[in-house]
Amino acid sequence: MIPTLLGAFTLIFILMRLLPGDVALYILGSGESSEINKQALEQIRKDLGLDQPLSVQYVQWLWGAVQLDFGNSYWTRQPVVDELKRRYPITANLAVMSLLIGTCIAIPIGLLSAIRQDTLMDYAARVFVIGGLSIPNFWLAILVILGLVRYFQWLPPLNVAPFWVDPLLNLQQLIFPALITGYRLSAIGARMTRSSVLEVLRDDFVRTARAKGLRESAVVIRHALRNALLPVITIIGVELLTLFGGLVVIETVFTIPGIGRFLVDAITHRDYPSIQALIFVFAVFVVLVNLLVDLIYAVLDPRVRYA
Amino acid sequence: MARMTNIEIASPERLASSVRPSAVLRNPLVRFCIRKPLGAIGAVVLGLFVVMAVLAPTIATHDPDLNNYRTRVKPPSVQNWFGTDNFGRDMYSRVVYGARISMYVGILATLLGTSLGAFVGLLSGFFGGRIDQLLQRFADMMFTIPGLVLAMAIVTMLGPSLINVIIAIAIPRLPNTNRVIRAAVLAAKNSLYVEAARAIGCRSWRVMLRHLLPNVTAPYIVVVTANLGGAILIEASLSFLGLGVPPPAPSWGRMLSLEGMRYFETAPWMAIIPGVFISAAVFGANLFGDALRDVLDPKLRGR
Repeated sequence: MIPTLLGAFTLIFILMRLLPGDVALYILGSGESSEINKQALEQIRKDLGLDQPLSVQYVQWLWGAVQLDFGNSYWTRQPVVDELKRRYPITANLAVMSLLIGTCIAIPIGLLSAIRQDTLMDYAARVFVIGGLSIPNFWLAILVILGLVRYFQWLPPLNVAPFWVDPLLNLQQLIFPALITGYRLSAIGARMTRSSVLEVLRDDFVRTARAKGLRESAVVIRHALRNALLPVITIIGVELLTLFGGLVVIETVFTIPGIGRFLVDAITHRDYPSIQALIFVFAVFVVLVNLLVDLIYAVLDPRVRYA
Repeated sequence: MARMTNIEIASPERLASSVRPSAVLRNPLVRFCIRKPLGAIGAVVLGLFVVMAVLAPTIATHDPDLNNYRTRVKPPSVQNWFGTDNFGRDMYSRVVYGARISMYVGILATLLGTSLGAFVGLLSGFFGGRIDQLLQRFADMMFTIPGLVLAMAIVTMLGPSLINVIIAIAIPRLPNTNRVIRAAVLAAKNSLYVEAARAIGCRSWRVMLRHLLPNVTAPYIVVVTANLGGAILIEASLSFLGLGVPPPAPSWGRMLSLEGMRYFETAPWMAIIPGVFISAAVFGANLFGDALRDVLDPKLRGR
């Protein structure tokens, strides 16, 4: 886990430093390289610590990152970590809502689709799934906003109310973005649930459960579903990564000041410390989610616990 | 059982026709269409988009980049089938030319990414040991960065251009393909034919290219088609965020970018049409990919 993180940070660092594009030149206003500007360029490079050898820059950055000091933004000149602290609760809020919506839709739909295989219900569920995988979320978001503006005179919020201050307003502001990102997540989850349940339903222990006269609902929910959930949890863990990609886009469309939009802004401004910090945060988060998935595995599957 | 008794009663000719399907039915393409009608629809949709991309100059009715201030933001009409945008450009022609970018970037990025990934997976699975360890830890690292975010970072670093967008979309496809192909190689490595090839003194590269490679083509094809939809979607998302193929190229994602938002309210065709095209293309790719996976991956057959 730690080596993976370290490797990921190194990868980000190399990606940001070795590829072409001079930050100092960009800050000064690109294109001009007359004699007068050369001095200014040197000054900016020195201010940003870019005149030092790469190895020194790397160690400095890593040491800072471990202490949650990601340096100052090239754009706002403020510490990146302050901006992160301000923005991450909003994105976390949105991510948890999407995850809840996604899971709550995915499992029932996948289950129904599996136990009613090749019926109208199953076909409807499969169309739902393929739609979720095919419709770009930014387009869905644009259509939802247009609809909301037209029929409810709704306007995108400027500030998101924290959940613990005004839960109702918070829900009202974030429910639509969460539904859109949750839709994709639910499509992937439902597909996995369906195929997983179909597989488990053919197993011997399901036949045994039926043979000893259990009700069908008990067979499906207590025996089949519980065993079918493991791959579903894995795929949802993996898809959380994609969810973050989705949040970047959704926050941009709904103008939600979360870390996803921060990333888009940082990229348009070539704000390297912010980009590094954000990818760092994503990577830490992903590693933590993987750990969590392993723990949930242990709770759900005794074989993992005793192994 | 019932079928077997039927065959016993049948005359020799009927026996022959019941055991061996007619030539048409034995055609793998026809069988695919019958067994996987949805997959066939997906393939047709995808094929139509490829045709649209290739024949764009013939199909389009206008120059897609021609600004015309007299026809700004006009609803669909006889002249402009899908209306016009805020520069007075013909939406129909732009959407048709947009298929070029979408298909070109989507297909090339998928092929590039999955080929590199497959190559890494082949090396990793075949040689094992330290090389395998190193390559797989590298894949672990790449798995920690969301594909879209990695693509965004790469485009920013390299600068937006057609080839850079293709590279940026291809690279996030590496780790996943690598895992799939590595698993397939590991499964095939211990089979008898590989042992036989080694026993008669084949060199490593020969075993790898002539014996292992043909046996991982099925999972490779599955990975390619499974990634195509995602690649088209990422291209659209990048363009939407302003990091795609630079303007004035008519990319579907860029047509939906937020600069157009204030027009979308009064001119919904500008918002609806490009989105329908993206969805249809990804939809086709996904349907086709799913069906192909069902057919080529025996473990998943019948689901």
